[in-house]
Amino acid sequence: MAVMKLYGSPLSSAVWRVLASLYEKGLDFEFIPVDMKSGEHKKEPYLSLNPFGQVPAFVDGDLKLFESRAITQYISHEYADKGTPLVVPGKPMAIVSVWMEVEAHQYDPLAGKLAWELGYKPHFGMQPDHAVVEENEGKLGKVLDVYEARLSQSKYIGGDTFTLADLHHLPTLSFLMDTPAKKLIESRPKVSAWVADITSRPAWCKVVEFRKQH
Amino acid sequence: MASLKLHGLPMSSCTTRVMICLHEKGVEFELVPVDLFTAQHKQPDFLSKNPFGQIPVLEDGDLTIFESRAVTEYVSKKFKDQGTDLIRQDSLEESTLVKIWAEVESQQFNPVINPIIYQFFVAPLQGKSLDQAIIDENLEKLGKVLDVYEEKLGKTKYLAGDFYSLADLHHMPYIFYFMKTPWAHVVNERPKVKAWWEDISSRDAFKKVAEGMKFGDN
Repeated sequence: MAVMKLYGSPLSSAVWRVLASLYEKGLDFEFIPVDMKSGEHKKEPYLSLNPFGQVPAFVDGDLKLFESRAITQYISHEYADKGTPLVVPGKPMAIVSVWMEVEAHQYDPLAGKLAWELGYKPHFGMQPDHAVVEENEGKLGKVLDVYEARLSQSKYIGGDTFTLADLHHLPTLSFLMDTPAKKLIESRPKVSAWVADITSRPAWCKVVEFRKQH
Repeated sequence: MASLKLHGLPMSSCTTRVMICLHEKGVEFELVPVDLFTAQHKQPDFLSKNPFGQIPVLEDGDLTIFESRAVTEYVSKKFKDQGTDLIRQDSLEESTLVKIWAEVESQQFNPVINPIIYQFFVAPLQGKSLDQAIIDENLEKLGKVLDVYEEKLGKTKYLAGDFYSLADLHHMPYIFYFMKTPWAHVVNERPKVKAWWEDISSRDAFKKVAEGMKFGDN
């Protein structure tokens, strides 16, 4: 049986999102690097895996997938009986879905911009745009206030157990913790404890190790 | 009496995303208006339903669900045996394709069409002048996204396959409003995208909801 293939760059936070789910589930896979510097992701044959020319792409047998959150959901449902349960049965899954959407629409647009300005740009030798940083830190602070209240009522963001709703945050969260924006997290005790908890998970530590080795 | 209560407004894009789904599934619901102009959505009573202070919110018994795409997923699953099959759970391949193209709407399409709709319809209501630079930047990005759709729709009738699904449905509110802007040509110039839009917007469930989408009409 062909092993699952994950295509992408070790620098991509969307790739880390998928890696986290693969490690949580203890699944075997092959990582196939895509040379983004030479534009491999914008040409065939890669475009037949992801027509938007972005990473990651994922192949499991006959199925070709892209969009990291579609891939993590596929992995979580198809391999539900392996490793950590990342989705839950019944009505509570509706609430997990709510907070997965919150990550995608309330949190990630802001955290992603901050990660770009404060994380990626310096890596590429560019200067952060301080106006953009200030604006997005303000907005993200308000979102994290909602998270602070939520995490006072719920152990994890989607419910009582660790699920995809938490996992989807990991790439940008861990990025932000290496930048001055970490103050937004550290100033909120419940958020801070939640971040400390989920970033210390063995599967996430494996992702961090993977990044270091590539 | 309907057991589902949907808090929102008939012209709100995100509310209509849910209403189209409810109609496709033939599910009865009560639309409970939320008065945005008196900031009802920022009051404690509403915030206890959606701490982000946004519409829509669905209440189904003891469950309160917000974020329109979480609501449509919930409705599609709960009522999977009635109305249109929007999530194709009986087929691993089809349900996976629905997920992928729903993520495409969420991550590729929504971020670039949203600013255009905001600038054209909402900014004037807030006394702001339209920022053409933002519109131009996003029109260019939207064109590139729709180029990918054009190619996909040359291979399959709908986005996830030869079947209508949530992946198509999620696009509808913003495309409906976009077609009322001076830039509808971005859709019309792409024959497969145009044909797809004409097909999905002729569905009965959509037509029922479109009657209430009066934003931008004089």
